[in-house]
Amino acid sequence: MNVAVVVFPGSNCDRDVVKAIKYATGDEAALVWHGETELPGETDLVVLPGGFSYGDYLRCGAMAHTAPIMADVKRHADRGGLVLGICNGFQVLTESKMLPGALLVNRDLAFICRPIEISVERDDTAFTSGYEKGQVITIPIAHYEGRYHLPENELELLEERGQVAFRYSGGNPNGALNDIAGIYNEGGNVLGMMPHPERYSDRAVGGDDGLPVWLSIKRWIERTGA
Amino acid sequence: MRYGAEILVYLKEGVLDTQGKAVAASLTRLGYDDPSVRVGKYIRVEIEASDIDSAKETFDKMCKDLLVNAIVEDYTVKVEELR
Repeated sequence: MNVAVVVFPGSNCDRDVVKAIKYATGDEAALVWHGETELPGETDLVVLPGGFSYGDYLRCGAMAHTAPIMADVKRHADRGGLVLGICNGFQVLTESKMLPGALLVNRDLAFICRPIEISVERDDTAFTSGYEKGQVITIPIAHYEGRYHLPENELELLEERGQVAFRYSGGNPNGALNDIAGIYNEGGNVLGMMPHPERYSDRAVGGDDGLPVWLSIKRWIERTGA
Repeated sequence: MRYGAEILVYLKEGVLDTQGKAVAASLTRLGYDDPSVRVGKYIRVEIEASDIDSAKETFDKMCKDLLVNAIVEDYTVKVEELR
């Protein structure tokens, strides 16, 4: 599969994603600078990695949506292409309006960095077919602004449409509404999540519950050609 | 003509303001009785515009395009004509 990992000024999990994908699937992912205007041809998956794009000035993820590359990332998503935003990448996706809602400062005003239990809400998507519905997995989080928020009526719609991807399972670390740790767009081809699957993709670094994310995506692309 | 704007951005009513709560707790420790605190942002912008109405329109558009996240934030804009 062809993967483009967007590098914003301040991204710091970009190389971890490249390593995790290589380890999981054997594929080489390309790093794409935010100032580029086009994704590499034949890109199957775009990853917006964790970090602090543009120093998180103004609001986390806010300025990244003005980056030249983001217009083509949107085009890719509009065509049905896969986009995965992890942590700061999730924040960039909400600020870009590619996903609904916003991410606010954690309930307890603390930066939280530790492995955490989340439940997999669906196993029929491009990103999660390698899991079972309801499966509880352990993946690290590392964020100060991860409290998912959406106005109540829209939250109900989000739930009805089955757009929740992951929910905090062993306690809610940041106060996110409905324990939400990750969501899909309506088409299911864009996923934003606060936990970092790339950090738990190799048992040598503590765990590999994130590995099925990459394997699911690869299998999906091979099966659908999308 | 040059125009300046003082833009105040703050979390909407009903959105938990964790910073405001922490500041209120500190004020309470200092002996202030049950203060309610909301913490926001001050943004100063200056632009060239033909008249004050078009300046206001531009500042408002800046807020909608980038400076404010309408899902969780509200804002006010105070515009002044500069020399």
